[in-house]
Amino acid sequence: MSEKYTTRSPEETVALGRTFGSRLKPGDVVALWGDLGSGKTTFTRGIAQSLGIPPSIPITSPTFTIINEYLGTTRLYHIDLYRIRGSEDVESIALREILYGNGVSVIEWPDRLGIDGLPENRWDILFDILDENGRLITIEWISTGD
Amino acid sequence: MIILGIESSCDETAAAIVERGRIIRSQVVASQISVHSPYGGVVPELASRKHVEAIIPVIDKAVRESGCSLDEIDAIGVTCGPGLVGSLLVGIAAAKAIAYALDKPLIPVNHLEGHLWAAFLGGDPPSGPSVCLVVSGGHTALYFVKPGEPPQLLGTTLDDAAGEAFDKVAKLLGLGYPGGVVIDRLSEQGNPQAVSFPRSFLGRDSFDFSFSGIKTAVVNFVKKFGSPLDSSKEILPYRVEDVVASFQEAIVDVLLEKTTMAAERKGVRHVAVVGGVAANRRLRERFTERAMEKGWDLRLPPLAFCTDNAVMIAAAAYEVWKREGFCRDLFSVDALSRWY
Repeated sequence: MSEKYTTRSPEETVALGRTFGSRLKPGDVVALWGDLGSGKTTFTRGIAQSLGIPPSIPITSPTFTIINEYLGTTRLYHIDLYRIRGSEDVESIALREILYGNGVSVIEWPDRLGIDGLPENRWDILFDILDENGRLITIEWISTGD
Repeated sequence: MIILGIESSCDETAAAIVERGRIIRSQVVASQISVHSPYGGVVPELASRKHVEAIIPVIDKAVRESGCSLDEIDAIGVTCGPGLVGSLLVGIAAAKAIAYALDKPLIPVNHLEGHLWAAFLGGDPPSGPSVCLVVSGGHTALYFVKPGEPPQLLGTTLDDAAGEAFDKVAKLLGLGYPGGVVIDRLSEQGNPQAVSFPRSFLGRDSFDFSFSGIKTAVVNFVKKFGSPLDSSKEILPYRVEDVVASFQEAIVDVLLEKTTMAAERKGVRHVAVVGGVAANRRLRERFTERAMEKGWDLRLPPLAFCTDNAVMIAAAAYEVWKREGFCRDLFSVDALSRWY
């Protein structure tokens, strides 16, 4: 089952992230799939707000640092694999410890992990650019394990 | 006071020996740009591995060229963040080992404060308070600096750093790495008024930045008019030079207006621009014009001190030491990915 939403501005994307974020539990993994500029970091800003991270703390792009960590009521790991190139690179960032820990992990560019690299139970969020400001956002719960 | 500075927060492994924060005894930088070039960005695993290989030879060379013995060094300053944790740890481990083995004190340095002191190398430090823009691949931040006090953060990027926008746009257009350098060069043949990209000022009073919108605008532009990477398109309805020149102009506009506003609000006449993006020629040109108009004492460090280096870390370590003294517990020093 997937849910589809259309947002018309970055503010609406943040609001959708916030609504979605309120469903998350510690240990959840959220994979964000979409092109450059499709709203992944903007959506994450909403998730951060729902986890009790003060809005005064900017949720900045983790492209440079790979992993940004925020302390809310639940810990948030904002991960960006844009610059990662293969399993060897993944080994160097202690990703498994984070994905199977007690925080909420949000992963941008999850394709870099390969299909087997992602947890069997996770949220997949798909971002499609409709036009200049419009985004089609699809939310899906994935469970491939037993 | 002779300080050995060590820097390894991103692409560069660097060491330098600087006396009293001013006199450069030696400086060594090993850059990884050629290693990263095929990937279009810094790859963290490659980065840490290369740092491990380079760190000891780089420090050795810095010590040898300084004419100082290790005994004559009074303290070690090391970048502890912000940056890639894996990369930072290489420099920190080396610094701790040297400090412990030789019983020398350690001074943890914020990378951004390092950039900030780069502005004042090779000249007299400003006599009064200044406004300083730190702008690089990983950071975009405005500081208010009073002599002898810790720099006060006025604003920072809320999403992408300016240099990151350069890198992502260059990659999108298939221009290569480092994006800032390529766009700077191509822009010279382009018309900065050709495309009107959005300038985000986040409200009249904000010192914060946002560069995610302009990145998205370039994505939309390429979607609409075709990508230079799409081989089925033989003729593009635009010149890539014009697009990058217009993109660069929009970024420089925002940086210049925010810095001007900060200088006016704070009533300062000393202004400095530092970090990798401060090497951008259009930025230097526009800031220099504005400085003449406003009567600023503008500091733009020489190109070698704009990008990451260890001279700035040793210079900043000296200022941190004057303000706060040495780090009390050597083993408590750790890498921080975010530190403002």
